[in-house]
Order: sequence, then C-alpha cells, then structure tokens
Amino acid sequence: MKISWWKILCVILVLYTLIGGLLFDVPHKKILNESIRNIYFHVPMWFGMMVLFSISVVYSIKYLRNPSLLYDIQASAYARTGIVFGILGLITGALWANYTWGKAWSNDIKQLGAAMALLVYAAYFVLRNSMIDIDKRARVGAVYNIFAFAMLFPALWIVPRLVESLHPGGAGNPGADPRDMDARMRFIFWLGAVPGFILLGIWISTIIVRFRKIEDKNLLHA
Amino acid sequence: MLNSNLKKLLFTLILSAAVQFTYAQEKVEMADGLRSSGKIYVVVGVLLILFIGLFLFLISIDRKVSRLEKENRKD
Repeated sequence: MKISWWKILCVILVLYTLIGGLLFDVPHKKILNESIRNIYFHVPMWFGMMVLFSISVVYSIKYLRNPSLLYDIQASAYARTGIVFGILGLITGALWANYTWGKAWSNDIKQLGAAMALLVYAAYFVLRNSMIDIDKRARVGAVYNIFAFAMLFPALWIVPRLVESLHPGGAGNPGADPRDMDARMRFIFWLGAVPGFILLGIWISTIIVRFRKIEDKNLLHA
Repeated sequence: MLNSNLKKLLFTLILSAAVQFTYAQEKVEMADGLRSSGKIYVVVGVLLILFIGLFLFLISIDRKVSRLEKENRKD
C-alpha cells in the first residue's frame, strides 16, 4: 500500500470527528437538542460531494484539452464517489429532518436543489453508459460533466438563498450561520469533519482510478 | 514565509479556542442524563469500532490494488 501522509491524516481527522463530535459540548438549542451534532457528519457529505465533483470537472476539462483515457477514468471515478457522498447526505438529511422539521421530506428548496443536482449527475452516468464507443463516451461525458458542474453550485448555494428555506443560512445569510455553530463546533467542523471526509472521498476515488487503470491497461497503453 | 503563516494559523486556533468560553448557555434539555450514566461512551465505542473496521477494510483494498499494480508492472 502507498502509505501517504494524507491517508493517515484522513484516519486521524475522521476518528477525531467521531470522538469530538459525540462527546464535546455543543450549544444548547431548542428543537435541535443533541441532534445539532449531525452537523459534523451530515454537512461534510455535501462538502465532500462538492470537492469531488470539482475534481471531476477539472479532469473532464483536461480530457477535452488532451484526450487521454486516463483523464476520463479519473473524471468518472471522482463523480462516482461524489454521487455516493451526495446520496448519503440526502438520506442522513432526511432522517435528521424527520425529527426536527417533522417530515423526512418537506420539499425544502435545498432538499430539492440537492436532489436535482444528484439527478443531473446520475444522468452523467446514464449518458456515459449509453455509448459503447469509449472515445465518444469520454468526450460526450466530459462535455456533459461541465454542464452538470455549472448546475451544481446554483442548485446548492444560489437558488436556496432566493426563497424561504428550512435550512439555516436561508434568505441571504451565509450557509454556516454563526448563530448555529459556536467556536468549539466550528473548530471540529472545519478542521476535523470537513477535511477528514473530503480526504476519505479522495482516497476511495484514487482506489477506483487505480483499479480502472489495471482493468483498462490494454486501452491505456494502446 | 511559511513560519509567519504557521504563526497566524496557531494564533487563530488559540483565539477561536478562547472565544468558546465566552458563549453563554441557555437552559435547553440535552442528553446530559445519557452522558452522566455513561451510556454515550458505548455509542462512541460502537462507532469507533465501525469506522476503524471500515478503515482497515479500505486499507486492505488499497493494499490489494497495490499488489495488482505491482504484478501488472512485471508483465
């Protein structure tokens, strides 16, 4: 195994988040109560997804500039892990919402935006798998990925600001509302949870890439 | 250059740690009972076992791929 410093860092950060996130003191809030700790686990899924999709689109652009199958493998691997993170974010969000907002799905604009973004990325794989020709699949996939990425941030960040939302930070406020997280929470969140889960996503993606490289070695060295 | 950045980062960390004590707390029911009876540690233990297990699994997959890579380089 390639023991890289960031893999060790990933394990340390995630385990730190688990211990700190469950045991350290949090602000006492009505309705939320202890479920405020979900911020450490639910929200990093979305940050992880956004980072993974960003890496994916970079490889797609690289592919269009220099059509090498390796870039296509990388772009699709990061998008795949990103979708997994997004689905986990959606499910955990629904569970959390069930006990705080009263319903698992209340058609909240951010829930809808996230679901929409995931469907757009699901279509990326539907589109890819509908083509047998690998070069065509890679090229069309790369172009579509750029359009999907252009949709991602408006759906998650811009549209939810424009209308009423149950999520904190709606109606023009920053997403990470300082009233919801105090300094202690932000410490674990920004230094433990977010980087930890992002690194985990990257780790899984690199394994998919390495596996695909072996699988497609005849194509890659052709 | 790096040193001054590091100092800035450390300073920020210390400050943000200090700020935490200035936040006042209102009375809202929390799982203090769960904590005092010690059961929360059971949950933490379960999650630690789960995640350590998942990490070991991930590392073993990583190793297997590394071995495959090595074998492929030989061919």
